Amino acid sequence: MMKKLTIPEEEHMLSGHTACLGCGATIAMRYVLKALGKNTILSIPACCWAVIPGVYPHRTLDVPLLYTAFEVTGAAISGIREALDAMGKEDVNVVGFAGDGGTADIGLQALSAAMERGHNVFYIMYDNEAYMNTGIQRSGSTPMGAWTTTTPGGKKRMYKWEPKKNVAEIMVAHNIPYVATATIAYPEDMIAKLKRAKEIKGPKFFQILSPCPTGWRHPPDKTVEISRLAVQTNMFPLYEVINGKYKISIKPKNPKPVKEYLRLQGRFRHLTEDEIEMIQKNVDENWKALLKKERCSQEE
Amino acid sequence: MKAILTGNEAAAWGARLSRPKVIAAYPITPQTSIIETIAAFIANGEMDARYIRVESEHSAMAACIAAQNTGVRTYTATSAHGLALMHEVLMWASGARLPIVMSVVNRAMAPPWSVWTDQLDTMAERDSGWIQVYTQNNQEVLDSIIMSYKIAEKHNILLPTMVIEDAFILSHTSEGVDIPEQKKVDDFLGEYEPAFKLDPDEPAGFGSLIMPEGPYMEFRYKMALAMEDARSEIRKVVEEYNQVFGREYAPFVEEYKTEDADAVMVVIGTIGSTAKDVVDRMREKGKKVGVARVRYFRPFPAEELRKIAKGAKMIGVVDRSYSFGPGADLFAETKSVLYGHADIPVKNYVMGLGGRDITPRIIEKVFDDMLSVAKDGVVDKEVEWVGLQGDERWS
Amino acid sequence: MSVLLPEDPTPIAKVPSTENKTGGWRTFRPVIHYEKCIRCYICWKFCPDAAIYFASPDAHAAPKEALSKFDTVEINYDFCKGCGICANECPAKAIELVLEESAEGDEE
Repeated sequence: MMKKLTIPEEEHMLSGHTACLGCGATIAMRYVLKALGKNTILSIPACCWAVIPGVYPHRTLDVPLLYTAFEVTGAAISGIREALDAMGKEDVNVVGFAGDGGTADIGLQALSAAMERGHNVFYIMYDNEAYMNTGIQRSGSTPMGAWTTTTPGGKKRMYKWEPKKNVAEIMVAHNIPYVATATIAYPEDMIAKLKRAKEIKGPKFFQILSPCPTGWRHPPDKTVEISRLAVQTNMFPLYEVINGKYKISIKPKNPKPVKEYLRLQGRFRHLTEDEIEMIQKNVDENWKALLKKERCSQEE
Repeated sequence: MKAILTGNEAAAWGARLSRPKVIAAYPITPQTSIIETIAAFIANGEMDARYIRVESEHSAMAACIAAQNTGVRTYTATSAHGLALMHEVLMWASGARLPIVMSVVNRAMAPPWSVWTDQLDTMAERDSGWIQVYTQNNQEVLDSIIMSYKIAEKHNILLPTMVIEDAFILSHTSEGVDIPEQKKVDDFLGEYEPAFKLDPDEPAGFGSLIMPEGPYMEFRYKMALAMEDARSEIRKVVEEYNQVFGREYAPFVEEYKTEDADAVMVVIGTIGSTAKDVVDRMREKGKKVGVARVRYFRPFPAEELRKIAKGAKMIGVVDRSYSFGPGADLFAETKSVLYGHADIPVKNYVMGLGGRDITPRIIEKVFDDMLSVAKDGVVDKEVEWVGLQGDERWS
Repeated sequence: MSVLLPEDPTPIAKVPSTENKTGGWRTFRPVIHYEKCIRCYICWKFCPDAAIYFASPDAHAAPKEALSKFDTVEINYDFCKGCGICANECPAKAIELVLEESAEGDEE
């Protein structure tokens, strides 16, 4: 038996789960558990992943999982961590795994407090950019220009025009030792980051862009391709911030126009050329700002 | 060891002696001195617990839930708005069958802002699946916390418990309290043995989705059975505690001169001690009155109240809260359990809201009103608000 | 009267989801053309249903001798929902999506 694998072979997410076809969040979970291994306890609030494991008595993960209320992931992982430490089980990884609504919106307070208190935990925001489990409603993490069921189109043209809330940057502002972005098209990058983070004691935050065929309105086979385009267009840059120092993981030599990313997704179908131009400008500005942060933080 | 302690210090001592491993708490008046005292215990090395200084009561309860589910004993404390903020996760704690013990200092809900005692906060959580024990002095505050861990942690119970004290009247008032020896409490409580826990060696999802045809209803039924089973466990544990620590607690309802009373006042919380004092005075005048102080509101002491009603000509129920239903909660539930068991008038006296003083004089007037109902055999006004400004009848 | 009650006090889900055969959801069936498969495992890597597994090198003929010492892959049609990510990502274009009714049903 011989094979050359670029990611760990160990598998802690089982088949038979109830995620939609081509679910990006499922791929994210698979990688997270490959990286962290079996000695892990998860806490999952209301989100897609609260139903993906299936109906009682089914479980789809090979690690214990505490289901919780929507807004409590930060508090829940704090409680698990402190209880484990009190029992002398400091080697167990504690992971909060929450969607963008549970992180950027309703769970932000508990997350902020958990990060500020400095518990030795992972918080993973799997970012599918809207409330997907309830049927594609706008969250603070929904990108500029997107259609959702609460920002529909119509005679008075609506959609979501506010820029996407930058949760990774909010986490950086907490001065925690490790913040990273990742996406499922780059599993080696994601797993390397998780493994690096595992060596760090303290709060670790990951924002993982997880395309959602159902909500983004793209064919399920395009999940990985779109995730890759998000990076290649600088729409969702991959970087890590270790003790305040930025390091961009992938710098596309010739970034593709965002149009290539947008046109694959039905949620952006309504965009006019001017609007695409506006989004491109926003992406360019954010990218420039990120390069600047990297430069500045690496100086000294 | 005898000490002079406030109710809140007594609560902190109750927690300390029970050795929780994780405490998650957020400050709110009038609970603050509980969590400050515990912080000092930990800072002095007198208590070995992880203390999570959370950013809200909601997170306090969520962190306790997660820690308890991980396999350790936990404790927290709150009051009024803090308890209301916890509402969602209170249901989570009970549904997840985690024997968390929490002190609640009864305080009025705003608006208008009021930090003083009023039982609406805990009464509004009567359906949360928590055991509720109401106390009347600082000794009972301390003892009830220890007893509550023992009851809640029984594997046939596994229901979280609120140990409730009136704001300021107990929380900030000093009394002599007997602090039990740690060794005796350790022997009484034993090591915490979780019925289940998050364990990487036994992967499982705790609290997963259930469809209508799945056992959702059955899990709720099991909670109802547990609340019923709690009656016999409470009785056993209180008797054992009385024996070991030399106390005289009645498990569910503390009766005072009810045996031959024409009019029995059913009360909850600190009103009990004032009322007992008034009973003595009125008995001297030959007035046959008695007091039944309800300790456990959940499980509700139906049998005990029915027994008390058997010998009485009327029952007056005093509530320090109002529920905008058919009277206040203690009244509505008392009347409901008496229906079909005792054909006597039951009247509700709503008083002391927002911490308004309930004086012996007011209690005496209420007793007089109750005696006249007992004599007439009919209730003129089923729900009486006592002591409203301008109403001279009670002053 | 005897009612059927769960043993645990609260839902503790312990039964592996592999009881749940999600292959029934499939509209398109991915079919691997082994004569093109370069055994790069990209399909395995990206499968959201963990429905692609390794098989011994000689389970299928390899297109090149150099590849024949490496494990090959197979699709577990009990669980494959037919999202098509494997086919879309396959650098050798070795995976074809076939409409389920017209697919040869030899695997099931």
